[in-house]
Amino acid sequence: MKLTLRIWRQASTDSEGAFADYELDEVTPEFSLLEALDKLNDDLVARGRDPIVFDSDCREGICGSCGIAVDGVPHGPKPNTPSCRQHLRSFQDGQTVVLEPFRARSYPVVRDLAVDRSGLDRIITAGGFVSVDAGTAADADAHQFAHQRAEWALDMAACIGCGACVAACPNASVSLFTGAKLLHLATVPTTGQERARRAADMVEASEKEFGPCSVYGECVAVCPAGIPLTAIAGVNRERLRSVRRGRNRDD
Amino acid sequence: MTFDVASQRSRADEEKVLDALRSIGGDISGIGPSDVPPAQVWDERKLAYRLVSPLNRRTFTVIVVGTGLAGAGCAAALGELGYDVSAFTFHDAPRRAHSVAAQGGINAARGRKIDNDSLARFVKDTVKGGDFRGREADAWRLGEESVRVIDHLDALGAPFAREYGGQLATRSFGGVQVSRTYYTRGQTGQQLQVASSQALLRQVAAGRVTLHTRSEMLDLIVVDGRAQGIVVRDLVTGAITAHTAHAVVLATGGYGNVFFKSTLAKNSNATAAFRAHRRGAYFANPAFIQFHPTALPMSGPWQSKTILMSESLRNDGRIWVPVRAGDTRPPDQIPQDERDYYLERRYPAYGNLAPRDVASRAARTEIVAGRGVGPLRNSVYLDFHDAVARLGAKTIAERYGNLFEMYEDATGENPYEVPMRIAPGAHFAMGGLWSDYDMMTSIPGLFVGGEAGWGYHGANRLGANSLLSACVDGWFTLPYSVPDYLAGLLGSPRLAADDAAALAAVDEVRTTIQALVDIGGTQGPDRFHRRLGELLYDVCGVSRSGQQLTAGIRGIQELRREFTADLRVQGDGESLNQELERAGRVADYLDLAELMCIDALDRDESCGAHFRVEHQTPDGEASRDDEHWMFASAWERTPAGGYVRHQEPLSYVSVPLATRSYK
Repeated sequence: MKLTLRIWRQASTDSEGAFADYELDEVTPEFSLLEALDKLNDDLVARGRDPIVFDSDCREGICGSCGIAVDGVPHGPKPNTPSCRQHLRSFQDGQTVVLEPFRARSYPVVRDLAVDRSGLDRIITAGGFVSVDAGTAADADAHQFAHQRAEWALDMAACIGCGACVAACPNASVSLFTGAKLLHLATVPTTGQERARRAADMVEASEKEFGPCSVYGECVAVCPAGIPLTAIAGVNRERLRSVRRGRNRDD
Repeated sequence: MTFDVASQRSRADEEKVLDALRSIGGDISGIGPSDVPPAQVWDERKLAYRLVSPLNRRTFTVIVVGTGLAGAGCAAALGELGYDVSAFTFHDAPRRAHSVAAQGGINAARGRKIDNDSLARFVKDTVKGGDFRGREADAWRLGEESVRVIDHLDALGAPFAREYGGQLATRSFGGVQVSRTYYTRGQTGQQLQVASSQALLRQVAAGRVTLHTRSEMLDLIVVDGRAQGIVVRDLVTGAITAHTAHAVVLATGGYGNVFFKSTLAKNSNATAAFRAHRRGAYFANPAFIQFHPTALPMSGPWQSKTILMSESLRNDGRIWVPVRAGDTRPPDQIPQDERDYYLERRYPAYGNLAPRDVASRAARTEIVAGRGVGPLRNSVYLDFHDAVARLGAKTIAERYGNLFEMYEDATGENPYEVPMRIAPGAHFAMGGLWSDYDMMTSIPGLFVGGEAGWGYHGANRLGANSLLSACVDGWFTLPYSVPDYLAGLLGSPRLAADDAAALAAVDEVRTTIQALVDIGGTQGPDRFHRRLGELLYDVCGVSRSGQQLTAGIRGIQELRREFTADLRVQGDGESLNQELERAGRVADYLDLAELMCIDALDRDESCGAHFRVEHQTPDGEASRDDEHWMFASAWERTPAGGYVRHQEPLSYVSVPLATRSYK
C-alpha cells in the first residue's frame, strides 16, 4: 500500500516548526506505524535528507517511550494502544496521515515528533514513592493482601508513563497519571504510612505544571494501559482525604 | 562421547585462524584465596569489607550509568546510605530502561511451599542450568539475597500476585521443577522497574542523587590505573562533558542487539560496556548469548524486532510441529496423531518447560528439518487449546491477558483460537564485562551490575533469574562492595572535571564522533547493523561451527572496512541526532561481533547456549569438555585491536559436575 505522511518538522525547542509531506511506498498493512517511520527514515537517509526524530524503544508497548499524535489522536486510531503497536491496517491505501508530536504546553517539542515529558517525573519526585530503605522491609509473606485488591492495585500500577493522557486532554490535565499512581500506592498494604503527605505533594506538583481536570474523559480513550476514569476520582478522593487529615499527619 | 573425527583436522585450521587473532594470557582469580565453602563466601566477604562511616560517605562521589533494575537499585541504595551519587541514562526517564520489558517473573529461593525448594536447590538449578560455566559462589549469593529482594520490592509497592488467602503467589519457569517465580501478571519487569525508579526519584528529591537524563556515556576516564569518571554526550544539545567520581558503576544492560533483530529495546546497546572494554576492562564469555525460544518469528524485512512472548506461556501452552515436513494445512486441520509435541517427546521430565537453550535448539532442529510452520516456515506452534479447555478462557486471560493482546496486535491472529507461532530470537547476554566476586572489573574502581556483567548464569540463564540478578546486584551487593573500595580512598579528592586527563578523554570522544561524520559515505548506520545482524544469526546463532565462525570473522572484517569507508551520518553532532547515536553504537557492535565470533571459535566445546556442532552427543545434546574448558574466558583488548584471552578457572564444590539432562 501507499501512504502520504504529513509530518511535523521542528529542528529544536526554540525554532519554528512546520508540516512536510512524505510519500511512503511499498508498505504493507502488517507494518507497525513506527516500522513505517523506520522505512521512511531509511529512504530519507539514503537520499541525504534528515530523518524524522521520534522517541521509541521497546516496541512492545511497555516502556512508554513512544508517543505520536496521529490525525490529532495521541498514539493513533486504535484505542488504548501505544504508537508502536498501531498498524497500517488501520489506514486506507492512498490515505494522507498527519503525524504530530504530543501537543501540550507542558510538553515542549525537543525535535520533530519527540517531546519533553520530564514533568511526569517531577510529579513522582514530589511524592510518588515509598520511603522504605533497602534491607529494612518486613517479610512480604507476613502480611496478607487479598487477591482482588492486588489485582486492582496492578490495574492502577499498569501505567506506562507515556503521557498520552495529557496530550488527549483539552485542558492538558495530568489527572489520569497522578490518580493512577495515588490509587496504586494507596491500595498496596505496605505503602499507606505516607498517604496524606503523598497526595498533597503529588497533586500540588501536578497543578503546578499541568492543567485542571474537567472530567472530559478523553484520556481514558487513549490510555495504552487501560487506566479507568476511577483514577481521576482518586485524585479528588486522595486530595480531600489529605486535607481532612492534614498533610503532615502520618496515616 | 562426541563426533569429533571430522573436526580433528579442522581444529588445526581453526587454531591457525585464532593464532592470528588472539594470544593466550594467564589465569586470573575471581574470588581470591578463600578456603570457606562457596555457600559461606558471601558471609566471609561481607565481614572482611571495609566500611565508610556515615559522616564520611558524602565526601565520596559515585557515578552509576544506567537506570534499569541494577542501576536504579544501586544508585538509590548508595543514596540511601549517604553517598553523593550521579546517575545517567540515555532515556528521557529512568523508568524506561529495558528491565521494564521482562514479563514472566523473578525467582526467589524463599522455599515457602512444600514442593521441596530450598536455597541449595536454587543454587543447583542455577549452576546446572548454566551448564557449569558460571561462578558457584555468586549463585549462592544470588539465592541468599533473593529472599529480601521480594520483601523490598513488595514494600516499594510492586503488587506481586497474591493467592486468594492473601499470600504471595508463585509459578514455575523453565529448567526448574519447583514453583519459585514471583510475578505480577505478564508485567513483572515493569512493576519492579517502576518501583525501583520511584525509589531512585525519592533520592533525587532528597538531594542525594543527581539524575542526568538523555545523557549517553561514550567513554571511561581512567587515571592512575583507576576508573575516575566518564565522558557523556548530552543527546539533546550534543554537548560532550566529563563527569568525575571516586568510582563508576556500569549497569548498562546486555548486548543482544548486536544481532539487530532481538527481543531487546531498539536503543539497548553495548557502547558503554564496550568502551570500558576498549579502556582495559576484560570482557567475559562474549559468545554466550541466549536465544529465547518464545519470540515472535520474523515476517518481513522491516519488522523491527523479534518481540518476546514470556516463557511463562510454556506453563500452559504446548509446543508442536506437524510430523510431516512441508505440511501446509492450517493447524486445526492437523489431527493429533500427525502432530509432534517434540519437547514433551524428547524431554518427558521437563516437557514444554525445558530450559531455554534446549528449547531453542530443538525448535531450530525442527525448522531446519522443514517442519517449521507459518508463511515463511520459520516458526513452531505454541498451542493453548488444551489449556483453554481445561482452565477456561478467563483463567488464561488472567495469567497471560496482556501477552495475548500483544500477540494479536503484532500478528492479527487471536491466540485463544489459533496457536501462537514462535521462533528463537536473540535475547540475553550471559557474557559481559568480567568482574571479580566483588563486582569490580579488571579496572580498579569500575564496577558492573546486572546484564552488563557476567557470573551467575554461566552459559545459559534460567528464566526469571535476570530480574533477580539485576535486583540483587543493585540493591544488595554493590552497596556492600563499592564502599569497601571507597574506604581505601578516604581523604583523596575526586578527580577535577578539568583535569588534563579528563579533558583529553573529552577531546578523544569529539574526534571519534567527527571522524564518523566525516566519512561522508552513502549508507546509514542501520543498513550496516542489519547486515551485521543477519550475518551473526547465521554464524554465531543457536548453533555454531568452526567453518561458519571462520567465515563469519572474515565477513565482519569486510563489513567493518565498508563501514569505515561508506558510512553516512546525516546531520551534525550539535543537536538531537539519532543517526549519530546509532553510528557510534554500530561501530562498537562491529568490534564486539568479531570478538563474539573469536570467543565462539576459540571455545572448542559445546556448553549451554554455546552449541558447537562439532561437539554433540549422538542424540544431539551439547557436549561439554570440562577437562579443557572449565574456565571463563576473559578477553583483554590490546591497543592495536588484538585480543588476549585470560582464564578464570572455575570449580564446583556444592553442585557436583554432571551432564545436564532434562529427559
